[in-house]
Amino acid sequence: MNGVHDMGGMDGMGPVRAQCGEPVFHHRWEARVFALVRAMGAFGRWNIDASRHQRELIPAAEYLRMSYYEKWLTGLTGLLLQHGFITEEELASGRPTPGLAKGTPALAAAMVAKFIARGAPASRGSSRVPRFRPGQPVRARNLNPVGHTRLPRYARGKAGTIDRVHGVFVLPDSNAHFQGERPQHVYSVRFEARELWGERAAPPDAVYVDLWEEYLDAA
Amino acid sequence: MSHSHDKQSLPSDPALRVLALESLLIEKGLVDRDALDALVETYEHKVGPHNGAKVVARAWKDAAYKARLLADATAAIGELGFGGLQGEHMIALENTASVHNMVVCTLCSCYPYPILGLPPVWYKSAPYRSRAVIDPRGVLRELGLELPERTEIRVWDSTAELRYLVVPQRPAGTEEMTEEQLASLVTRDTMIGVALVQAPKTSAACAPKIR
Repeated sequence: MNGVHDMGGMDGMGPVRAQCGEPVFHHRWEARVFALVRAMGAFGRWNIDASRHQRELIPAAEYLRMSYYEKWLTGLTGLLLQHGFITEEELASGRPTPGLAKGTPALAAAMVAKFIARGAPASRGSSRVPRFRPGQPVRARNLNPVGHTRLPRYARGKAGTIDRVHGVFVLPDSNAHFQGERPQHVYSVRFEARELWGERAAPPDAVYVDLWEEYLDAA
Repeated sequence: MSHSHDKQSLPSDPALRVLALESLLIEKGLVDRDALDALVETYEHKVGPHNGAKVVARAWKDAAYKARLLADATAAIGELGFGGLQGEHMIALENTASVHNMVVCTLCSCYPYPILGLPPVWYKSAPYRSRAVIDPRGVLRELGLELPERTEIRVWDSTAELRYLVVPQRPAGTEEMTEEQLASLVTRDTMIGVALVQAPKTSAACAPKIR
């Protein structure tokens, strides 16, 4: 979707301000949101792409206003409702529906270290032959799906060069919508900064974007 | 947000909303409070840029390790015991006298947790996400780094599940230092590619704290 989250190349967001001695979490509730997202994600009812897309669906004005972990909280709440972990009534009252059998957490404390160490690899074993090879000129397709995609707007229609072949990965465009993983090769594509931004860019600079095979055409 | 007195409406304060959600999920038996504590403890106190600094220091000291790191970063980082969540697929990028690499996630906030911990606010902010790709030199200037015009800046947009570690240049005058001493020079920002490693005894703006 052509949402406000796809902000590469936009102006007007203000200067970058770094904070010295920044804590990992600025408030305790941020730490709790972070942990809740991981603990509920452990049920495996959604995937990282669905989770990202849920945050993209936050209305643009809200998306820009909210702090980072407010967006996480909003996204998580939406997923919990959609997947039936909680109901609107429970959310409003803060109490479980009376008479409901108690569930079992997907992530027990004793499993946390293993859960983190294992991660969730998005690569898929495959004997597929990559369509492109390093050094090959390509052009990003001018795709404008209404759903989730990881092809940023600033790269669409632009010419680049394959820098490296990363291997076969799950396609976010379908996975985010639970329409299958459609594994395919991901490439690092080098775009000259001048190709993306014209005269505004410094001539030696370049932007490398990781793109799935179906985002690309041979050029 | 408006101060609604409608009993159906949720508290607008995120702190209260999170508290309510957490207790609801615990009461429903869906989350284990100790697991939440363990997750927080891990990212608040165990995982952080000190991990990445060890990787960089090892690469500076050991040419064979550096070669492995650049060829297969996931495996080489794994040699030091780091890996897993949000570091499943790692790529190491070497800064040189002529090429400077920096990392962004324009679409969200992708970041290599196992070696850098959780991202700072500025990395996840709209100003950095929007301008790192179109105006890297201006962004670096705002973060206190001015690079020569002839330096080629490569901006890596983490649009897929690959996560990037910048291997900064080793400063002059560090030939005699131990791996541990070298690691103490390597800050988080140098591994994102928005700062250069300072030679020992120069006082960087807030180098020890931002790690």
